[in-house]
Amino acid sequence: MADTARKDNWMKPAAMAIPKEGYFKDKEERGRYGPIFPRTPACHGFTIIAKVKPGREQAVRDYGKSIEAAVAGDPHCLEVLKLHYLRWVLFDINGDTYFMYQGIFDTDFDKYTEDAVALFSKTGITTVFVNLEGFPEDWRTNVPAFIKFVREHQRQSFLEYGEYPYVSADEIKKALRVKAALSDMLDQMQ
Amino acid sequence: MLEFDDIQHILLTRAPALTGRYEFLSFREPVAGREWVAAIREKVQSAHAARASVETDKRWVSVAFTWNGLRALGVDEAALATFPEEFKQGMATRADILGDTGANHPDKWVGGLAGPDLHAIVILFSRDAAERERSRSEHDKLIGRLKGVEVLSSLDLEATPPFDYAHDHFGYRDRLSQPVIEGSGDVPTRGSGAPLKAGEFILGYPDEDGPPANLPQPEILSRNGSYMAYRRLQEHVGAFRDFLRQHGKTPEEQELIAAKLMGRWRSGAPLVLAPNKDDPALGADMQRNNDFNYKEMDPHGYAVPLGSHCRRMNPRDTAANMNRRRMIRRGATYGPPLPDGIPDDGAERGIAAFVICASLIRQFEFAQNVWANDKNFHELGNERDPIIGSQDGTLEYTIPRRPIRRKITGLPAFTTVRGGAYFFLPGLRALGYLATLGDGRQSRAS
Repeated sequence: MADTARKDNWMKPAAMAIPKEGYFKDKEERGRYGPIFPRTPACHGFTIIAKVKPGREQAVRDYGKSIEAAVAGDPHCLEVLKLHYLRWVLFDINGDTYFMYQGIFDTDFDKYTEDAVALFSKTGITTVFVNLEGFPEDWRTNVPAFIKFVREHQRQSFLEYGEYPYVSADEIKKALRVKAALSDMLDQMQ
Repeated sequence: MLEFDDIQHILLTRAPALTGRYEFLSFREPVAGREWVAAIREKVQSAHAARASVETDKRWVSVAFTWNGLRALGVDEAALATFPEEFKQGMATRADILGDTGANHPDKWVGGLAGPDLHAIVILFSRDAAERERSRSEHDKLIGRLKGVEVLSSLDLEATPPFDYAHDHFGYRDRLSQPVIEGSGDVPTRGSGAPLKAGEFILGYPDEDGPPANLPQPEILSRNGSYMAYRRLQEHVGAFRDFLRQHGKTPEEQELIAAKLMGRWRSGAPLVLAPNKDDPALGADMQRNNDFNYKEMDPHGYAVPLGSHCRRMNPRDTAANMNRRRMIRRGATYGPPLPDGIPDDGAERGIAAFVICASLIRQFEFAQNVWANDKNFHELGNERDPIIGSQDGTLEYTIPRRPIRRKITGLPAFTTVRGGAYFFLPGLRALGYLATLGDGRQSRAS
């Protein structure tokens, strides 16, 4: 992970062009499951695009509702993924339906992979994945196979931009809490 | 039901050894290697045997093999292919993942541990020095008889005084937080959590996620086995004491700095329960010294800094899926003690330890890669584990404090990795299987 401190850089918008491999070969860092994708001004993230098995489009779409319910029930249920945003998209190419899972998060995927697989199982996100072509049958017990699927279907960005680069969700929440506390304090002083 | 008579004792018991010796072996001839396995197998105690006679035994023998070692004994390619990738590659190949860079790099390791010739380790834990000498001499005789088994290197172990409790050369009390395996009969100390499924540590049993899966084949080879990550970690005692003096004006302040790096006072007393003043009675009390959490009792790290060694190696209730990250630790100190007040004599001293787990990548490598060496653990930004992390003098250490935190910059390396390896620790039946490979039957991946 490109984990050098960049604490002072959040005021200065930044963009990064990413090579075709998805990482910088001269600065390649190896994680437990393979090369680590770089942290960019838009944090870490992945965009998994895979073909939906025929007839499963509605099943995939229905899981949007189930994730909504899961988060409503336990707002912190996705905490371990260190997410900023998730975007799930369905689209068609030549009559086939494709699913795009796009996540922006604060840790490289390699680090907390096993936690993610465990969470995916618990919240049903993997149940979405089993509707995708090529998803390994033994994903529950075979983390390397799961990761292989993700890596093979990951479409790395070639440009990422951050208006407030390299800021983590935790830092944003901390800043908003400080702002709220300050606002309270000022109210109390009226 | 755990098969206590098949599981090597080191997985389930802690021998009351004050000395010992590790010997690292290379098999030049498969036949000689198998003869060695057949002979040493007679000396390896099962968990059952070790428990029955722990009071009277004077030595405890364990053996384990690298992936290259299994091949050198004659395990066939199909069976070898069923072992997990990280074990096949070996610790030296995984150096960058583990943070073994710079002074810790395998190029600088000693004892021939980084090379492909390392095939096996025999652990000779001994009650005293005389018994170690006897074991060494017996093993020498065995090696002498077998043409084709070579000792690459060895390491003598010595407990550091005072001998009434286990501690490292820095003076930190050790062996305070160990997971308990379900069905082992051991009872977790307060705060240590419920016993964990055996499959987290022993192959062939259900783990915290369900039934066993993807076990190496054939089953007789993997059942009741486990993996051991060996680390020989030199402790720079002089540099450590200098650091304490530099950052603490009084002996009390120096003790507090030592405690803040670890998360416990050197007595073992946890900072969560004794934040301001050492409490040696608490440190020694196994029913109290592990009975704490972080999320509720110290969320901001005012007692235990967020980046401290204890908090990184066992984040307790502040990490997800902790039950899948636990590890059994065994091992000992080596090298001469450095008395207080004496400048560093340059002698090598440290810890030579094993992390035992069912999955090196999920348990040991995760702890090294994510907990010890992620600079951004807990959003810290520019820190690594102050005791075992990869330190090059450019990183920081933050000690939360009211009103304003204390930040130490340019943290030196207090430890250096001098060697390491990934071993497979077979059950006793598997040792018999390995010893008789080639006797008219081949290993076969089923």
